Amino acid sequence: MASFKPTKVQFLPKLGEKVTEDTLYWKNYKSPVQIKEFGAVTKIDFSPLAPHNYAVTASTRIHVYGLHSQEPIRSFTRFRDTAYGGSFRGDGKLLVAGSEEGLIRLFDICGRVALRQFTGHSKAVHVTSFLSDGFRVVSGSDDLTCRVWDVPSAVELSSITEHTDYIRALAPSKLNPDLFVTGSYDHTVKVFDMRSGSSVMTMQHGHPVECVLLYPSEALLVSTGGRYVKIWDLLKGGQELVSLKNHHKTVTCACLSSVGNKLLTGSLDRHVKVYNSSYKVVHNFDCDASILSMAVAPDDEVVAVGMTNGVLSVRHRKHKKDKETLTSRRRRGPSYRVFVKGKNFVPRQDDFLVSKPVKQYLRKYDKQLKSFEVSKALDTALQMWTRTSKPEVTVAVIIELNRRGTLKNALAGRNEESLTKILNFLLKHIFDPRFSRPLLTVGDIVLDLYRQVLHQSPVVERQLQRLMEVLGREAELQQELLQVLGILDTLFASLTPRKEVLWEEHCPMSLNNHCVSVSSVSADVCRI
Amino acid sequence: MNEVLSGMNVNLSYPAITTERVNRFVLCTSGDSVKVYSTRTEEWLHSLQGHTNQVTGIALNPANHLQVYSCSADGTVKLWDFIDGILIKTFIIGYPLFAIYVSEKHEGIVFLHIAMDTDSKKEGFQLVAVHLPKSAEQEVEAKELSAVSSHISPNPSCTAFGREGQYIAFARNLQLNVYFFRKQKTYSFSLKATDKKGAKNAFTCIACHPTDDCIATGHEDGKIRLWRNFIHKKEYTYSTQHWHHNAVNTLCFTPEGTNLLSGGIESVLVQWQYGTGNRKEFLPRLGGSILHVSASSDGQLFCTSHSDNKITVIESSFKVCGVIQGLVKGDAVLTDLMIDPRSKALVLNGKPGHLQFYSLLRDKHLYNLDIVQQEYIYEAGLDQFEVVKAAFDIKGYWLATVEERGQKSADLEFFLKLWSYDERTQSFVLNTTITAAHTDRIISMCFSSSEETTMLVTIAEDGQFKAWCQGVDADTKQDQNFWSCDFVGSYHNLKPTNCSFSADSSLLAVSFQEVITIWSPDTWELLTTLCQPPGVIRDLCFGRLSCSKYLISTTTRNLLCCWNLLTCALEWSTSVEVSKLQSDPLSENVAAFSYQSKHTDLFVFKPNEPRPLFTHKNVCSEKIHRAVFVPREEPLNNCDESSQWLNRSQLYFLTQNMDLLTFSTATEEDRMLSSSTRLVIDDSVAVTPFYLLLGKHRQQQQKLNTPSHQAADRPQQPQGSVTITELLHTPAHVLPPASVLCSMFVSSLLISNTGVLQDPLRKEMESSEQEMNSEKEEEDSEGEMEACDSQQELRVQGSVDEVTPKLSKAQERELKRVRKTDFSWMAGLIASKP
Repeated sequence: MASFKPTKVQFLPKLGEKVTEDTLYWKNYKSPVQIKEFGAVTKIDFSPLAPHNYAVTASTRIHVYGLHSQEPIRSFTRFRDTAYGGSFRGDGKLLVAGSEEGLIRLFDICGRVALRQFTGHSKAVHVTSFLSDGFRVVSGSDDLTCRVWDVPSAVELSSITEHTDYIRALAPSKLNPDLFVTGSYDHTVKVFDMRSGSSVMTMQHGHPVECVLLYPSEALLVSTGGRYVKIWDLLKGGQELVSLKNHHKTVTCACLSSVGNKLLTGSLDRHVKVYNSSYKVVHNFDCDASILSMAVAPDDEVVAVGMTNGVLSVRHRKHKKDKETLTSRRRRGPSYRVFVKGKNFVPRQDDFLVSKPVKQYLRKYDKQLKSFEVSKALDTALQMWTRTSKPEVTVAVIIELNRRGTLKNALAGRNEESLTKILNFLLKHIFDPRFSRPLLTVGDIVLDLYRQVLHQSPVVERQLQRLMEVLGREAELQQELLQVLGILDTLFASLTPRKEVLWEEHCPMSLNNHCVSVSSVSADVCRI
Repeated sequence: MNEVLSGMNVNLSYPAITTERVNRFVLCTSGDSVKVYSTRTEEWLHSLQGHTNQVTGIALNPANHLQVYSCSADGTVKLWDFIDGILIKTFIIGYPLFAIYVSEKHEGIVFLHIAMDTDSKKEGFQLVAVHLPKSAEQEVEAKELSAVSSHISPNPSCTAFGREGQYIAFARNLQLNVYFFRKQKTYSFSLKATDKKGAKNAFTCIACHPTDDCIATGHEDGKIRLWRNFIHKKEYTYSTQHWHHNAVNTLCFTPEGTNLLSGGIESVLVQWQYGTGNRKEFLPRLGGSILHVSASSDGQLFCTSHSDNKITVIESSFKVCGVIQGLVKGDAVLTDLMIDPRSKALVLNGKPGHLQFYSLLRDKHLYNLDIVQQEYIYEAGLDQFEVVKAAFDIKGYWLATVEERGQKSADLEFFLKLWSYDERTQSFVLNTTITAAHTDRIISMCFSSSEETTMLVTIAEDGQFKAWCQGVDADTKQDQNFWSCDFVGSYHNLKPTNCSFSADSSLLAVSFQEVITIWSPDTWELLTTLCQPPGVIRDLCFGRLSCSKYLISTTTRNLLCCWNLLTCALEWSTSVEVSKLQSDPLSENVAAFSYQSKHTDLFVFKPNEPRPLFTHKNVCSEKIHRAVFVPREEPLNNCDESSQWLNRSQLYFLTQNMDLLTFSTATEEDRMLSSSTRLVIDDSVAVTPFYLLLGKHRQQQQKLNTPSHQAADRPQQPQGSVTITELLHTPAHVLPPASVLCSMFVSSLLISNTGVLQDPLRKEMESSEQEMNSEKEEEDSEGEMEACDSQQELRVQGSVDEVTPKLSKAQERELKRVRKTDFSWMAGLIASKP
């Protein structure tokens, strides 16, 4: 005698992107915290020292936030015009920022008033940074010059005018205090050596450069501009390694994650893309507005994104510890003793062991199916929790009922409330390719059964109206897809037959009959 | 003629089960024999053979509970001792018999169903009482027939004896008749043709309460009616109980009458408590639909027989304690016959949604593999998932199955499943389920036959063939090896008909209607196409071993073509209608079953020559679609040309009415006969250490025997056996000292001269008789108990020659007579010695 076989729930994989370790890693962020700034956020920089505060440059202020605080712990407001490019020194104690009026200010992180002011630029300074020795500041300005300043004496050490357009990107080398990279709107990226006082390398990006970034090894250089992200190999004399085109608007910022050196790019198209080491996009963050600046905290604890509408969006990483504390607070399971009760008994040699029959635990709908209570089983499967979080279970029960030939019985004799439930479920899932086949039969049967009485309930009628709209849209979409398929077929027909074979491998399988059945049901709805 | 067509008696076809004598045996009819099974071990003990036609019914002799009556369509009733398997008596009735009933009250009378006229189309059946004449003879003609009733139902479960045999109840269609023996009168009660809701009221079975005046009847609509007070014709009453949703197939009261058992198509055994109305117990999911229920005479055990060739033994506490399973016969075998390369078991459709593994060597059902993994609903007319295709890879590590539902309706559902063999559980485990492998029905599939890589090719009605490979998904980096599609191919949108891999799997042949395409599985290049126009290709198979350069194809237009793949040209072709082409994996041979003018012929040939190796006309009258070559455990050394093709493997095939047939050589036939007269272990010998020692010794002797020397060759030692049994049975403390016994015991083991001299004579007689009487076989097997090595026999023979001068005249005469007799059989005996 065999025992009852429970209903098999089929887990069909979702089509589309595959789940990899990278996606799991980058998905593991909490929902973003939104902080409103006074204007477009142009620069975010994390302090390299332990609490990892970060400076956010927006409008005429620079705010310094703690890693978990939503209120600024410090703010520098003594700017007469828009501030740009606030960045920390390597020890996290000093901060330098340019401004619209061409002044460069140096702040102590604890003070309010600028310690030094470097004057000399005639136009706005968009990018400033400390060189890695910490005693010099480099700045790039719209007056096409790039100047290096001495911090103790506040004098200009040198001024280089090699770019022919605004300088909007700057990256100092961390290994060599005399090297830095600049990017300009004249489509070039230049590497400068302070020892020679001129550029040592020039690379043609092809678009106005918005951001440059050096890898920690400083063998690779990233430049963004236009829709392109380009990676250059500096050790091979500035040879282009890859050119990525994953955004559909200008890429404004790029940064590296500290774990595994993954590249992140943000763009005006409101997406942040994460690349793996072979430069394939593995994850995508969506934002509300065009992205201007972005930074990742050490250990990838925080991803901060600044946008044109002045919103700073901060994503914190989820930790396992948080989850554990949450669950333990929610419910305490039974103690260990309960589980081992009677199970650690060792029979003695002369004991006659009578084994207890193993009880088969069944789900509620399975129990009802076992006793042929089909309507109740369908009700159970349509319960709120099941139908929202596990629609595949509901569909599995529907398939099982259909196999038993009792789906019609289960759907019959329902009142307005339970019929609404079914129709809601249909509305939500009928165009899901995983479920559409059984749900279309359900739709057919519901229409057959309740044709006479449908008009008595305005609620049900409204839902049917919506169902018809949804199905109509789906049928149109399918038709368009078929047209595209037809076009592609004609294209491939002109190619070799071998290519044709390759194409068929990728073509969606049951598109044809799916479309036909969708249109037949929508025709049914139309009749009513 | 060496080949004998022999049927495999594996089906427990018509069930009539009886459990008897401390619940030790289950008897059931099987073809022309009655099989005896043990309830404890579920083993087949022996079968009662002797009928020449289908055995239709069995009934225990109420006078002697060790005897059983059996009736057969050959017109005889036989009385057996079923424990030892001895035929006691044969009563010749002269008409085909269809059922047998006996009652304690009517001693010496059996009640039989016989056809009313010789014209059996009318289906008029008659219940007759037959007085069995008391005579000492083996075969008796019983001519004393008296009709009890005519026009009874052909269904044997529609007749039953009432309380203590006072009356007999039988039903036909809508009428229930009760015949009282004392009054010699028949009362009849009838139901209306239709009740409310159009229910069908026809009777399907009857059971009578053993101690109470109550008749239980089962009906076609699933109702059970309990009739009372039928002694008075007018004042009868009945109560109705309803649980079954389809016809009640069988009813049975327990011997005390406390419970009523019923069963039907739902495969649920229902136990109704008698007299308490509606209280009942269920035992669900027993297997196929229940055909017959019976209870043992002490009420401790119940037996149900099922439509899927199964007997379930159930304790009175309603627990299953044993299952006796034959070769499961579904409605149709949809899969091919296959051989599991690991267990060498035959694999085919079993229970619905299962594959069954059946060991041909042991003639035993091994296990069912659940493919569909869904609850089977026992309901008539429901469209369920069925396993339609299955294939093993060459090592037996992978199994691919296709299950299908909705063949009739428009929306076809099917799944392609791949199973891997789990060494730990020794069974197949589901690895991959592919939901939409093709857009239309899968026609055929095959695994590549190379050892290194496994690849599955499926062809479907959507005009495509797909190659499936096991591969690691690079992105997800999961180490589980799932199967995924590797290649999709088609040829001018034609519908493919068959596919086959070459022996080294370097070539794949896929036939598209009239065209055979040859592909290279490594590069998926279309190498060549072969075409011989008239007719769509039906079967494809590559030659093996030395003939691997040939490809054989059959078409629907009676053409068998053999292609040479080196020249890509037609080697030879012949016009023959082939319904099934099967190649032997171990030799070059190919078997072709041809169906012409209402009978099937078998041709066995090698692809390199158009002349058939072996031909057997008129194998059977039906078309054959399933056949398989089963590799032998050890190859035979048969030199005979006509049976050489059976040396490596054996050919099994399935006819349309589900008989599994095979070809066997003459030597095997002998072995089969001898195994049927298997030793019945004598229970009377106590199992003492001494007995075990002796038994071991004897086994060793038996091992020395070559299989061709059977029980008949062994000499008999009646005196020895007496001494030994005496020795074994006497308690040790009353035995005389061993020194006294020793000489007596040793002398008892010696073979007397007369015994040896008699033996060849006796054997001579037997061989002239040719026919083996089952009773004599029994003697032989007793002889086997005292078996002696044939070498020993030879030695004794030599010693007889030495002592001849001392013989008396009478003995000399005897010896001369012996010498005159033909001793040619000895030559063969000596030749076969190592």
